[in-house]
Amino acid sequence: MNQRSSRPGVTIVLLLCSNEIAIQFLPYSTSILNLVQLGRLRVDVVIVPATTGQLGVLPGHVATIAELKPRIMSVHDGNGVTKYFVSNGFAFVLTNSFADLIAVEAVPLDRIDACLVRKGLPEFTKKLKSASTDLEKAEVQIGVDVHSALNSP
Amino acid sequence: MSAPMPFWRAAGMTYITYSNICANLVRNCLKEPHKAEALNREKVHFAISTWKDGKAEKPVVLLKFELPK
Repeated sequence: MNQRSSRPGVTIVLLLCSNEIAIQFLPYSTSILNLVQLGRLRVDVVIVPATTGQLGVLPGHVATIAELKPRIMSVHDGNGVTKYFVSNGFAFVLTNSFADLIAVEAVPLDRIDACLVRKGLPEFTKKLKSASTDLEKAEVQIGVDVHSALNSP
Repeated sequence: MSAPMPFWRAAGMTYITYSNICANLVRNCLKEPHKAEALNREKVHFAISTWKDGKAEKPVVLLKFELPK
């Protein structure tokens, strides 16, 4: 491995990618349509919204794989905090203080339109009552979850 | 050791479907220039041709991934 700089920190490779087609979910696959690498950032902490709860990744964190929930991920640097809303994805924390955070959609909070969220939430809550099949219920439930998460950062 | 099955898995949805639904919901809640860019970025174009007797039949053009009937 190359020499690492002497400043301690968690290195993040944040990939914003989309896989609309039903290919096998391979985050590093070259067939992913839009692969934007936010960059390798060296930061102090990343608070990651895992399905099992918030995961605070500090330098030297034990190696972990976590599935992400549609919630806010905050990146804490010396200069402050940057928050992103991630729709879905995975966090791979590696042993050398690297963390790969891979999200299908990771939007900075200021890009979220609060009006659209406030419109969508009651719409989905209404649909919850009228959904019939299991699959429809699951889809509507996902809508409710994502909109309530978007609503309350 | 295994976690309880998530509700979408119990309803027969795969992870990719779940992930795409969440991503679409988030994209639809973006502010304007970013929303148009995101929706544009996600457009896909597929041409699928089924093969029969060693020959490719006429391709079916899809804008969304679904197996042709």
